[in-house]
Amino acid sequence: MITMERRLLAGDDSPFAQPTATQLVALLREAGLTGRGGAGFPAWRKLEAVADAGRPPVVVGNGAEGEPLSGKDRALLTYQPQLVLDGLRIVARALGATATHLYVHPALRALTVGIPMTVAPDAFVAGEESAVVNALAGRAPVPSDKRIRITQAGLGGAPTLVQNVETLAHIALIVRHGPQWFRSAGTPDEPGTFLATVGGAVAAPGVVEAGYGVRLGDLVDAAGGPVQPVQAVLVGGYHGGWVPAWPELPVSRAALGAYGSSPGAGVVLALPSSACGLAETASIAGCLAGQVAGQCGPCVNGLPRIATTLADLAARRARPGLVDEVTRLSALVQGRGACRHPDGTVRLVRSAMRAFAADVTAHLHGECLAGGAR
Amino acid sequence: MTDALWYFGRGTGLVALVLLSVVVALGVGARSGRTAFGLPRFAVNLVHRNAALLAVVFLLGHVVSLYFDPYAQLRLVDLVVPFAGEYRPFWLGLGTLGLDLLLAVVVTSLLRHRIGARAWRAVHWLAYLCWPVALLHGWQTGTDGTTWWLRTVAVLCAALVAAAVAWRLSPGFERFPDRVPRKRPVLEEAR
Amino acid sequence: MRLHVDWTACDGRGLCAELLPELITEDEWGYPVVRTDEVSPRLEKAAGRAVDRCPALALHLLRR
Repeated sequence: MITMERRLLAGDDSPFAQPTATQLVALLREAGLTGRGGAGFPAWRKLEAVADAGRPPVVVGNGAEGEPLSGKDRALLTYQPQLVLDGLRIVARALGATATHLYVHPALRALTVGIPMTVAPDAFVAGEESAVVNALAGRAPVPSDKRIRITQAGLGGAPTLVQNVETLAHIALIVRHGPQWFRSAGTPDEPGTFLATVGGAVAAPGVVEAGYGVRLGDLVDAAGGPVQPVQAVLVGGYHGGWVPAWPELPVSRAALGAYGSSPGAGVVLALPSSACGLAETASIAGCLAGQVAGQCGPCVNGLPRIATTLADLAARRARPGLVDEVTRLSALVQGRGACRHPDGTVRLVRSAMRAFAADVTAHLHGECLAGGAR
Repeated sequence: MTDALWYFGRGTGLVALVLLSVVVALGVGARSGRTAFGLPRFAVNLVHRNAALLAVVFLLGHVVSLYFDPYAQLRLVDLVVPFAGEYRPFWLGLGTLGLDLLLAVVVTSLLRHRIGARAWRAVHWLAYLCWPVALLHGWQTGTDGTTWWLRTVAVLCAALVAAAVAWRLSPGFERFPDRVPRKRPVLEEAR
Repeated sequence: MRLHVDWTACDGRGLCAELLPELITEDEWGYPVVRTDEVSPRLEKAAGRAVDRCPALALHLLRR
């Protein structure tokens, strides 16, 4: 029997002392807290950038959760909203913020929080931080160019801190219990717990909490265990990567990096052996191509091309150069957009081509390995 | 001397009209992203810009010479405020309006790195008003309006711009016809 | 100096690839492919011209 962590999910209403900006930056640095929205950027750096901007900032809790496979931000805001609001207030007070906002998934439309709340559109890129600023400003919720960082000039020109709601909840706990307590979970390099949304071929899909470095098998077991033999696991969501279904594989940046994956926003999807990894990937790529904001030429042209090429591969419409075409298009769109949507898509596609290499060969010969032929 | 000013004024006006027509045609054609007349895109772009600047020089010559011409009897205000003149106020006013519009387009273009693409593009659309205004002004104002050679030049100018616009609207205009059109961020209802 | 493309503004008109072929090529849709965003002092003048002539004001030269 495995015991999963219950820190965020247990909640905490004990009193705490409000830190100053300098104290908070030091606390988070010592704790080693990283952003839980997917990119994993150190929380203290972003906080420090906003504090150093020298003007009163705006603080935004980001619960847009545009990733279709993720449900952890919604779960957190549903079961422990107070922890998120505590974190938001702590950060806002420390920075002397002029305003705080909560930006939430459309499913949480009815949530009452006592601070200004904006409902995000149900779109993949709407949670990207410059898109969040645009949405709150009443503009189209699409990413902006990064020449001017929102930490310098965001909402209404004020320095703006957009922090994922889970990150804020961790801050509320770190301020209460200290960085050493936070570090007692996770690995020395990747401390703390994270919320994972476990789905796919598992008995009880849902949100579980675990320390970084948790065994992949334990996460799957915490979600009721596999209901079918699992052939591969998608970690990190639509912008994540396929990793082998090894129960011992630690879910950490260090261990998953070898597969071009990372824990990201904590999505874990178990792919049953009855399914075709290429078909699954092609379907996700099609969804991602449909979710482009459409502002950037290489992305709006490249992603649909990648998706149709993968669809041809998945449907065994083999033609010479099909695999090379996927490789070429992936290299072509990478890094060429206002946000990381093309990069995330490429990460997924590349990991699929590696993880399902045997399937690729079979498909090129008009066969499919799904359902036990492997 | 007086005659010289008169002839100079008419001549410079006509050259400015021809230059403006070339500028408009090149500006419209440049949207295709294609090279033209063996010139690379950036060279077409530079010809577009330099011809516009040259047109401004000729227009200044046109305006200054006719200002000092005793026959036209222009006041200083007529050079800036359209339709206030004594002499054929409507047709002369078109010239003043065209000058104002051209100066707006040229000045914003020279400052476009400072004012940003959005403001620059908005003002640049005025070129589509400026050119026909200038054409009408040239067609009717001067005593040359009835001469065959001015009419011929004006018709050729109109044909040039019309051809450019027709090409712009034709299906084969774009260099990359298969390109998925980009969306510009538009103001949506914030939900 | 570093080249930066504002992709939300770039219309893929192709002037930059003509003015700065050392660093910029075009993809199959006419959008710029920046080979390396590092601009050596030798190319700064050409890069400045490409920035100046971009019809969409999408190309920028940034200090590191």
